Amino acid sequence: MRRFSGFAVAREAMRAHKGWEKQWDNPELKSSYDVIIIGAGGHGLATAYYLAKEHGITNVAVLEKGWLGGGNTGRNTTIIRSNYLFDESAGLYNHAVKLWEGLSQDLNYNVMFSQRGVMMMAHNVHDVQVFKRHVHANRLNGVDNEWLTPEQAKEYCPPLDISKSARYPVRGAALQRKGGTARHDAVAWGYARAAAARGVHIVQNCEVKGIRRGASGEVTGVETSRGFIGAKKVGVVAAGNTSHVMQMADVQMPLESYPLQALVSEPVKPCFPCVVMSNTVHAYISQSDKGELVIGAGTDQYTSYSQTGGLHVIQHTLDAICEIFPIFSRMKMLRSWGGIVDVTPDRSPIIAQTPVEGLYVNCGWGTGGFKATPGSGHVFAHTIANAAPHKFNEGYTMERFTSGRLIDEAAAAAVSH
Amino acid sequence: MLLIHCPYCAEERPETEFAHAGEAHIERSTQMGELTDEGFANFFFYRDNTKGITYERWRHIHGCGRFFNAARDTVSDKFLVTYKAGEPKPDLSEIDNQTKAGAKS
Repeated sequence: MRRFSGFAVAREAMRAHKGWEKQWDNPELKSSYDVIIIGAGGHGLATAYYLAKEHGITNVAVLEKGWLGGGNTGRNTTIIRSNYLFDESAGLYNHAVKLWEGLSQDLNYNVMFSQRGVMMMAHNVHDVQVFKRHVHANRLNGVDNEWLTPEQAKEYCPPLDISKSARYPVRGAALQRKGGTARHDAVAWGYARAAAARGVHIVQNCEVKGIRRGASGEVTGVETSRGFIGAKKVGVVAAGNTSHVMQMADVQMPLESYPLQALVSEPVKPCFPCVVMSNTVHAYISQSDKGELVIGAGTDQYTSYSQTGGLHVIQHTLDAICEIFPIFSRMKMLRSWGGIVDVTPDRSPIIAQTPVEGLYVNCGWGTGGFKATPGSGHVFAHTIANAAPHKFNEGYTMERFTSGRLIDEAAAAAVSH
Repeated sequence: MLLIHCPYCAEERPETEFAHAGEAHIERSTQMGELTDEGFANFFFYRDNTKGITYERWRHIHGCGRFFNAARDTVSDKFLVTYKAGEPKPDLSEIDNQTKAGAKS
């Protein structure tokens, strides 16, 4: 792999850009691998990359039924933050933020990570108390988070309406300055390129149809649309389709899959400096480097695999955004789309071994998995390589739903997040 | 937005009148105290999350207020049938034939 650099850009500018290489190969499928990862989204590709880089396991294939990064990696609103309440979450999500900070250099690929700050607004007394508690808990855990008065919030984000007569008055905000956004497609492409350079096979348009088991129940490989492929270990990183894939190994999951929608506006000049979230009225908004306002809506109420949702869900979030930011009330929306998110009962992921020997699962990221992509791949690769969890995903087992030791971020946030 | 037929009101109404209430036909044990931890986890947390035809509960919360069940395809989001709470799972092969016959005529 030829490295990207300022020098390379200058060199190619001099010779009509004829020297750029393919970013990854389309290799011939082998009959077996040490590890197969099902799902070439950000989490799956990151897992393959860290398996190769940190654990020296390069005989790896990442199988993708569609195209690379075409699921939730290409459909999310690219927000990165780690201001979660519980100790387990602080460990895992902050691990991810630390990896984000060096990711472009590590991958030699610009993922456009921008720490522009994530501001979560408080509209009522309950919000103020909850967010202050979050700020204190975060700081004790070494996670960056601070409390802002309405005036400080307005200074950080000038489009904000903090007038007392506002429909949703701003009573303060919690600001994580280290939070921000990254370019979602670049994350998938960067991991794919870096993993492929270390020998990982990335196989698109290859749907897994079954999981083959040996005499004592252990995994021996997967049946695919391109035939059987043997593997000692299989990692399922299939997001909304996890329940469906795990059923192939007769494992039932504590998951439900819901549509989650997002939309973007027409591109405009830079006008919105940070990420603003309002859980109470359900508005998530930031501006991409292309100039579009990127807006996240809520989940639809019913389980589905259709990758579409109802228009009333989008309208609801736009109503809230127009109330909080009157300057956007005449913006035209350009595109909206849906992705299928796999939600656990406590809204925390499962990154663990399964009852089936050789079968591992990384799922349940629900409505907020993008932010954790590097951390998720890093600890999952550790789990697969060592057949034991990393210290940051010890608590993220399936057994927690039997033992009752939940990581209840659902209750902590009081809304989907 | 989905259009949902309430079997009690006998009317098709917009989705915003209804609340989804999870997978249907999950029976709560009459002996909860004797349920094992695994049994409780299965009842409370584990779900089929079917890709295809699923049986689910809905509540006509801004209408008659009653719970009922539905069979819906989670890939197309199309309802096959809705039926009253307490009724057994309907025979879908019959409904499938009916819709096929309906499509022809």
